[in-house]
Amino acid sequence: MEYNVEMFKPIQKDIKSAEAIVRPSVTYWQDAWRRLKQNRGAMIGLWTIVAIIAIAIFGPMVSPYSYSDQNLEEQNQFCSSKHWLGTDDLGRDLLTRIMYGARISLTVGFLASLINLTVGVIYGGISGFYGGTTDNIMMRIVEVLNAIPMLLYVILLMVILEPGLQNILIALGLVYWLGMARIVRGQVLSLKEQDFVLAARTIGASNWQIITKHLIPNAMGPIIVTATLNIPSAIFTEAFLSFIGLGVNAPMASWGVLASDALQSFRSYPWQLFFPAIAISITMFAFNFLGDGLRDALDPKQRK
Amino acid sequence: MGSYVLKRLLSVVLVIFIVSTATFVLMHAIPGGPFKREKALPPAIQRNIEERYKLNDPLWKQYVDYIGNLFRGDLGPSYKYLGRSVNDIIREGFPISAQLGLASVAFALLLGIPCGIISALKQNRWQDNIIMAVAIIGVSVPSFVMATLLMYVFAVKLRWLPAAMWGTPKHIVLPVLALAGFPTAFFARLMRSSTLDVLSQDYIRTARSKGLSWAAVVYKHVIKNAILPVVTYLGPLVAGIVTGSFVVENIFAIPGLGRYYVTSIYNRDYTTIMGVTIFYSALLVLLNFAVDIAYGWIDPRIKLTDAKE
Amino acid sequence: MRMRRSMLLLACFMTFLLIAPTGFAAEKLAKKQVLSFNVGTEPSTLDPAISTGVPEAIIELNCFEGLTRMDENNVPQPAIAESWTVSPNGLLYTFKLRKTKWSNGEPLTAHDFEWSWKRALAPETASEYAYQLWYIKNGRAYNEGALKDPSQVGVRAVDDYTLQVMLENPTPYFLQLCNFPTLMPVYRKVVEKDPEGWFYEPKNYIGNGPYKMVSWQHNAKIELVPNPNYWNRQKVGMERLDFYLIDDINTALSMFETGQLDWFDAPPTAEIERLEKQGYLKKSEYIGTYYYMFNVTKKPLDDVRVRKALTLAIDRQTLIDRVVRGGQLPALAYVPYGLGDATPDKDFREIGGDYFKEDLAAARKLLADAGYPNGKGFPTLTILYNTSENHKKIAEAIQEMWKKNLGIDVRLTNQEWQVYLDSRTQLAYEVARAGWIGDYLDPMTFLDMWVTGGGNNDTGWGNKKYDEMIFGAQAEVDRTKRAKMLHEAETVLMNEMPIMPIYFYVNLTVIKPWIKGAFRSPLGFIDFSTAYVLEH
Repeated sequence: MEYNVEMFKPIQKDIKSAEAIVRPSVTYWQDAWRRLKQNRGAMIGLWTIVAIIAIAIFGPMVSPYSYSDQNLEEQNQFCSSKHWLGTDDLGRDLLTRIMYGARISLTVGFLASLINLTVGVIYGGISGFYGGTTDNIMMRIVEVLNAIPMLLYVILLMVILEPGLQNILIALGLVYWLGMARIVRGQVLSLKEQDFVLAARTIGASNWQIITKHLIPNAMGPIIVTATLNIPSAIFTEAFLSFIGLGVNAPMASWGVLASDALQSFRSYPWQLFFPAIAISITMFAFNFLGDGLRDALDPKQRK
Repeated sequence: MGSYVLKRLLSVVLVIFIVSTATFVLMHAIPGGPFKREKALPPAIQRNIEERYKLNDPLWKQYVDYIGNLFRGDLGPSYKYLGRSVNDIIREGFPISAQLGLASVAFALLLGIPCGIISALKQNRWQDNIIMAVAIIGVSVPSFVMATLLMYVFAVKLRWLPAAMWGTPKHIVLPVLALAGFPTAFFARLMRSSTLDVLSQDYIRTARSKGLSWAAVVYKHVIKNAILPVVTYLGPLVAGIVTGSFVVENIFAIPGLGRYYVTSIYNRDYTTIMGVTIFYSALLVLLNFAVDIAYGWIDPRIKLTDAKE
Repeated sequence: MRMRRSMLLLACFMTFLLIAPTGFAAEKLAKKQVLSFNVGTEPSTLDPAISTGVPEAIIELNCFEGLTRMDENNVPQPAIAESWTVSPNGLLYTFKLRKTKWSNGEPLTAHDFEWSWKRALAPETASEYAYQLWYIKNGRAYNEGALKDPSQVGVRAVDDYTLQVMLENPTPYFLQLCNFPTLMPVYRKVVEKDPEGWFYEPKNYIGNGPYKMVSWQHNAKIELVPNPNYWNRQKVGMERLDFYLIDDINTALSMFETGQLDWFDAPPTAEIERLEKQGYLKKSEYIGTYYYMFNVTKKPLDDVRVRKALTLAIDRQTLIDRVVRGGQLPALAYVPYGLGDATPDKDFREIGGDYFKEDLAAARKLLADAGYPNGKGFPTLTILYNTSENHKKIAEAIQEMWKKNLGIDVRLTNQEWQVYLDSRTQLAYEVARAGWIGDYLDPMTFLDMWVTGGGNNDTGWGNKKYDEMIFGAQAEVDRTKRAKMLHEAETVLMNEMPIMPIYFYVNLTVIKPWIKGAFRSPLGFIDFSTAYVLEH
């Protein structure tokens, strides 16, 4: 039998199928979700967060008080049947104020995580992956943004914009991804030299696919840790910005503002500091449990 | 490599230049000035002051003069602490902040890294649970709350340590604890997570199967492979912490550099704003450079130069 | 009635602070006569001609001495000047100086005063408080640069120990001003050698006051010891004064409780009650008024009825007892207590009396007359305050009072200090929090700021009659007529109400009970020359 060239057809190199071959039935995210559901800690964290969000939304509707109702006759009272978590120094119901405060603090916390997980991760991933001059330029930009005093542009924003939560979000959005970008970039610099990247490249994965499907999932540990641990600092940065005058106007107050205000009088009325601090800590535990679960769920090495 | 170092050093100068220009523009864009008071000054006196401190020059000239002096290493006179130069302020404050900062970083590393490794080795057991719970509380409590509580408990109530001020070894304890809280917790969490990553790698299994003890494995393989994110975070952390924390220095009445980062802006002390910002950015850029060099030592595969080079 | 009682209380506290060392035989002095006081912040400068703040002034007034020194009753007493005469038209002062020495032993003469005052006025010195010397003939013209020749300024050393001062206008409080830092003599040789920073090195900080500086650790501590060459050295009983430079009041409180600090000012609001019970809190007179300004160029605040309604509709005593705390006095007028009238023994405020009464019914009626019955149709007002815990609390309470009492909606907004100052001068606000602390003990320091277009009149308000009264009083020699004009000016101000007085300040200080003899002037300055420490 004679063979000629016409008898051979090159195999169509389909990048998508080359990638998909690994596991056609279950996608990465489906698999992650399945494993997340099996993780008890993560589920506790998730449900706690859902509960806190529900309290933040519905709690103030049920409460007989509003966040601004003062009663100067009932200042600085400890817990009672009338005021479950006591009152503050203007006689306002602390529980109601904490529930309202949750709206602000959770928004800030979620937004900070979102910025970290999108801008920070992608920026760092690109910088680390391309390396060299690209990396040099991108990281120098991070340093410039890091070094310009935040307070300066915060004051500028205060002059330009009407006070409100959106200013806080702008101010945080400008800088809150810088640490994450550096962490991801450091991880990617190391990961991209490993064999699995070479393997992915030989089967024709694009740069973008390598970054999003191979490098970032393998850097998930530090990413999740950074994202979750940055939440409280975002909450307290919001308090500082509100204190200066950039954020939400008094008498509305976030958890951070409640805690910092109460710090002035904690010797006499420690519960005013204690309760908002507890709220922040519970939220942090929830985020961390969920974060740990997510890390395990998203870790490609654990996909068996 | 030589050309890379040169490139990096050039970019250091460029970063400082951009930061100082942006800071200059921003600080003049916001309302107020170093001699703006609640009691309005008579116009003639305002003029005398502007004349004396050269604040009536056009902004571009003030900028050019400033950059010119900067090249000579002169950061100018403070507008708030009259008769003191910004160089003096940094020279006096930085050593104190640096002492405090380095002590805090050392504390955080020495406590945070072992805790993180132990946590990972004992994953989901009681040791891990306790360490991680403490770490989470550690990051949830910001330094200003931590500082106030520490002062109240250890100085006011127990009388073990002085409440504030600086000078003796006793004075350093509380501020270090307040400052080190967050980085310690952060290091522990980072270390735990990356150690878990490393432990699932094949080479650890190989090492263990060769009969190496856990201690040897941790020492020889785990630390070096897991420490990368910690090192990354060290750059900005050290730059921030050795130049001082406003909150902690203010609460413990420590005469460091940290409080100038905030107060100089409130006071519109233009030269001090510029001076400390430039000082900080130089430190930040150099430390990040050091981190990048450390990468190559930790993981020789990491290349920072362009592929072509 | 309530107010009278608090005034009495205040007087009691004052006397407590003022007990003199003599006459208490039962009191035993402590072995170590050392006290530590928190002046509050790192001094911006210690050059008395240039400094502006109270912390700086406290240090300077204990290291320098002027022609006069205020006694505990706030009456200027002979100090470096042994005696003086005043011409009948109130313009020419002739001071006879004592033969005294600088802290380095060099003689101090009238020439030192002449030189120091002219230096403070010289445009190139750029002194912010130079206007405290504008009362002197040609002082202003020289300071403004209109007059180049310093020899025409109205201060002259006739001989080594005689100083002649010619004033522009009769100034009843001029002898008081001679105790003000700007008018302190400075030692020419060190100042000329290093005009910018002569005061930083303790050995160069040559003064003529009861104490001298021995060390200055920046942002930490300044130490003073008695000046051996002070002319009244035997009066000074302390061995050392430690002035701490701590910004954070909670830190100061902790240091007070651990014994690192004997005395500090302005305790945290939440701790006032406790410290009072423990016997550490002392109150003294402080010449200042806390008020809200109305921007009269904005609707609806251009209507005087609206301004009055807002002013009548808050409960000042509740605000003081529950929010501000510390026993301040409700302000039902603008000029605070403690300032002299036609004669210094009469109080300007007591003669002037109250200008209004808090009255909800009247407030609601005024608001209805202005076209907003029960607050209907009233636009949302915004209160602007500068970032501070205490201002926030007060604003929140007033917001609630206006809402409850008048049915109007109020928003709060706070700004960083300098942004807030800018908003004020630009009239970019509706209602703004403000406070004024007197520069000297005379009603003029409160009233002259509201003249039309005045640099500190950030309300957009102006009144011809008011201006006439103020300018008239400034040129008036006759004390009775002058006082009458000032009262009339205040009447105009309170009828038009561009500002809403809230309370008169009280100085709150926390001090160990064994610290005695030091006294504080109503301007906030403290004289430590007679301080002493009891055994404890």
